Amino acid sequence: MQRYFKTIKLFWSTAFASQLEYQLNFLIELLAMLGTLLGSVFILSLFFTGGRQLGDWTWESALVIQGVYTFLDGLTNALLRPNLTEIVNYVREGTLDYVLLKPIDSQFWLSVKKFSFAGLPEVILGLSIVFWSTIQSGSSFSFYSLSIFIISLFIGFIILYSVWFLIAASSIWFVKTWNATEVLRALLAAGRYPVSAYPVILRFIFTLVLPVAFLTTFPAEAILGELKFNILFFGLILSCLFFIFSRFFWKFALKHYTSASS
Amino acid sequence: MSFKVIKTLLTTQYAYMLEYRIEIALWALSGVLPFIMFSLWSQNDVGNTFGLNDIGLARYFLSAFLVRQFSVVWVVFSFEEDSLSGRLSPYLLQPLHPLLRYVAAHLAEQATRLPFAIAIAITFFILNPSSFWLPSLPQFFLAYLSTHLAFSIAFLLQSLVAALCFWTEKSSSLERLIFVPYLFLSGLLVPLSAFPSNVLKIAMLTPFPYLINFPARILAGMPVDIFNGFLAQIFWISILIPSVNILWKLGVKRYTAMGA
Repeated sequence: MQRYFKTIKLFWSTAFASQLEYQLNFLIELLAMLGTLLGSVFILSLFFTGGRQLGDWTWESALVIQGVYTFLDGLTNALLRPNLTEIVNYVREGTLDYVLLKPIDSQFWLSVKKFSFAGLPEVILGLSIVFWSTIQSGSSFSFYSLSIFIISLFIGFIILYSVWFLIAASSIWFVKTWNATEVLRALLAAGRYPVSAYPVILRFIFTLVLPVAFLTTFPAEAILGELKFNILFFGLILSCLFFIFSRFFWKFALKHYTSASS
Repeated sequence: MSFKVIKTLLTTQYAYMLEYRIEIALWALSGVLPFIMFSLWSQNDVGNTFGLNDIGLARYFLSAFLVRQFSVVWVVFSFEEDSLSGRLSPYLLQPLHPLLRYVAAHLAEQATRLPFAIAIAITFFILNPSSFWLPSLPQFFLAYLSTHLAFSIAFLLQSLVAALCFWTEKSSSLERLIFVPYLFLSGLLVPLSAFPSNVLKIAMLTPFPYLINFPARILAGMPVDIFNGFLAQIFWISILIPSVNILWKLGVKRYTAMGA
């Protein structure tokens, strides 16, 4: 176990050193992030013109969802995207062989090798929006609501990671899978809005098939103190299932891996 | 450039693209964002505030989806890859502007994408039968033309960023600075008529509304200022072509043939 922590530390400190070379990149990411946030809040405000509500969510509580989305988007940019979109290249160039030979779990290695520090401001900004708009909406924090919030964020992240990894792992068969990650990103953008704002069919899909609701809506409900306990319980089970399936799928995919280089 | 060169470029690129049909189908699917937004706007009855009923919204967003399908541009990503791997060097030696090769690739990809886009449109009509409509022939022709012009603007904008590859290794990250305003100001997420008037005024000063909003409104048969719209599209193209040309020439002088 300790070996894994040590490996992460080494990976991320080298990542930090190499990214210092590209400081301009950091600035661009920062600008893009601010622009995205400004744009999404603007679009969100259009739903509320004329004193309307969005699927029984008030303006302030809908902003909490934007905050959670921004937070997860930051984690995606920092960790998921840099690592998981690389799997395709390992497969195509045959360098996956070297990863598989290493005396460490290959899914672990592929998932944490890189860390993009440009995603961190987004993570911090996302959390700030969550807390600021929770206060604005008039709910008070309690130890209970905070711990439920952290658990549900964790559930959300595990599900997000598993879905990303599943798609990235399918590049063992299809070598141009970055298109599939684009489909995923388009669908996940649905998480910017409360799931109750969608038509019934989509509500069903976003809860059970592609659980977008567990990524943003439920953590937001958690910090607002409105999350039902059985949903949290269901989320725990669902995230475990997704994670176990991603591992199972990776093992299965590796059986079909025929090295490209040799 | 002779007709033969154009034909060869297009047919080889088309054959190449046909190999990646599954990927292109997935890519077509990744344009679902307008449909997600449509379900939100119609479910929450917001359309009325900007003068669109459910059918109008459905037609607008389907048109926005279709326009996007045929104006998607990724030249900066191909170019960055070719430039970093050294594949650009032989292209530069050929008596053919390298950008034209990418134009051919994009056009071939659009042809490959056509059946998938039609399939998605049919699925949309099956799910929303009341929104079915066929544009009249002149409407279709004008929409077709303005989509091509939209594609040209998008392509030139991204080529401008791609040319920066000659200076920096990671110009694809600069593309995000174009993509973000494009996402919010093009009309992909909401018809621009929903914007407050002062925001709308600023948006219309940028090229982005002419990339989705303008062609989509023609296709959906919504009221639109056709003359000024085309004028603006041509204006942007006539500014962008010389800019790309200048930046490209300056860049090639600096080219150091990476990786080769």
